[in-house]
Amino acid sequence: MTIDAHAGPLPGPGLVARMFSGRSGPIAVVALAIVALWYAGALYLNAPGQIDAFKRAKTEWGVSDFVKGALAQKRPVLPAPHQVLVEMKETILDQRITSKRSLVFHSWVTLSSTVLGFAIGTALGIFLAVGIVHVGTLEKSLMPWIISSQTIPILAIAPMVVVVLGAIGLKGLVPKAIISTYLCFFPVTIGMVKGLRSPDPLQMDLMQTYSASAWQTFWKLRWPSSMPFLFTSLKVGIAISLVGAIVGELPTGAQAGLGARLLAGSYYGQTIQIWSALLTAAILAGAMVALVGVIERLVVRAMGGQR
Amino acid sequence: MTPIPLPSDPGRDPDSEPEEAAGVAADQNRGGVVQARDLSLTFQTADGPVFALSGVDLEIDQGEFVSFIGPSGCGKTTLLRVIADLEQPTGGTLSVNGVPPHEARLSRDYGYVFQAPALYPWRNIERNVTLPLEIMGISAAERREKAREYLDLVNLGGFEKKFPWQLSGGMQQRASIARALCFDPALLLMDEPFGALDEIVRDHLNEQLLRLWAKTQKTVVFVTHSIPEAVFLSTKIVVMSPRPGRIIDVIPTDFPRDRTLDTRETPAFLEVAHRVREGLRAGHSYDD
Repeated sequence: MTIDAHAGPLPGPGLVARMFSGRSGPIAVVALAIVALWYAGALYLNAPGQIDAFKRAKTEWGVSDFVKGALAQKRPVLPAPHQVLVEMKETILDQRITSKRSLVFHSWVTLSSTVLGFAIGTALGIFLAVGIVHVGTLEKSLMPWIISSQTIPILAIAPMVVVVLGAIGLKGLVPKAIISTYLCFFPVTIGMVKGLRSPDPLQMDLMQTYSASAWQTFWKLRWPSSMPFLFTSLKVGIAISLVGAIVGELPTGAQAGLGARLLAGSYYGQTIQIWSALLTAAILAGAMVALVGVIERLVVRAMGGQR
Repeated sequence: MTPIPLPSDPGRDPDSEPEEAAGVAADQNRGGVVQARDLSLTFQTADGPVFALSGVDLEIDQGEFVSFIGPSGCGKTTLLRVIADLEQPTGGTLSVNGVPPHEARLSRDYGYVFQAPALYPWRNIERNVTLPLEIMGISAAERREKAREYLDLVNLGGFEKKFPWQLSGGMQQRASIARALCFDPALLLMDEPFGALDEIVRDHLNEQLLRLWAKTQKTVVFVTHSIPEAVFLSTKIVVMSPRPGRIIDVIPTDFPRDRTLDTRETPAFLEVAHRVREGLRAGHSYDD
């Protein structure tokens, strides 16, 4: 390098090369592919309706008329991406966030029960895992129930949770959070059982040579060892908590929340509304998983880095 | 006080036991740091019993450096783990510092160095070294002081804030030795601590360990399968043999304690090494 130094700076890699050496390039490619497929799908699925409309109106139509029409229907079978984005702009940016037409408002309603359910589910999951790891009989007695709990479709359980809790006076936030909890505790339990058992035999023997108490072994060895497992579980857990909260809003006829928006949209055939609620939910889930990832990175750094 | 125990004889007469046991009881409190009489450990496995230890008699005195040497499966690590109360013997008697191993463990009479450093990756070197002190409830200020003292002792001064992955294998093992020493146990148990390291690092650490031993006056029990390492380090070499795991020879090394790597070229050294090799050969069954 020093020999060539007088020849001036080497040309850096091009923008595209740099994008593809990181993550942004591949992500952009996939996003573009999805958008392209989406447009193609919208044209294809909306075609029969659009052709009918042209027939009823008895107008002559060309390709450009067709494309313009198919991508601008009021109630398309599949709304085009830009229709969804326009709807999202109107309902997120152009509304007061306290308005019932604001997706920010509905997102907040869903998010609050997601976070509550996630918190309870995480606590429950860790609690169960600690019990299972320390008490042999708990593994045999609890594990089959924990696993079978997840084989029951959440859609079947959700209305019953809402009805039962409603009968004892719990309405609104809590029943939805309980449904999130029901989904969220599972990955946390499974992950943490594995995590709390992850210390290698020598690390465990070491604690024994110090005649450390079970409590000390837990806090100084098992708990820190389980952190990578915990964060993997939390990423699954937070996303699944959002699903739980949305599902919890469906059978209640809730007035607010992303689930309520989905339901209202399907009642009135407002496909654009449905898709904007869906996309918002997806963005929300992505943001929450990313947030957990950021916390994970901070924790990993505090725990010495290299993992 | 008999510094050299009798070599174990698997076919010994059980009737001779009481007199011996009485003698042991008499000087139990002042006597050896480790005293084993007819110690045995049999693992029950699906394939039938495995005789990991059988009829082991052993006495280790204060300030000795004793090596267990033998092929894999001879029970040397098992014997060390029994002394450390990490395994339970199925027969015989054993005392560590004059009390049963369980009590010795509860009163933290020994420090244990494993085959691998077994450092906790989320703790920096200082906090790894002071882990036992933390468990014993020693104050933070005193812990920091001890960490400095013992890291200096193993030549790791200045590495307090590094994390294990930032250290070489040899440095990690030295940190684990500092961890075993920092609460000042009378007895240091080492299970092939340098087995995973290359020859050069190993020689270097052997020298350091000898100096450490001279400085701290600890009793050391050291498991190895390297003859030069055993002869170089030990005041007494316990030769073991597999199936069943037993002691076949106990060899004192009577050349001076201030050894250097050059000691390994001396006739006295080679003579002891030869005797160890002969013992290992005699104990090895070639029927497999």
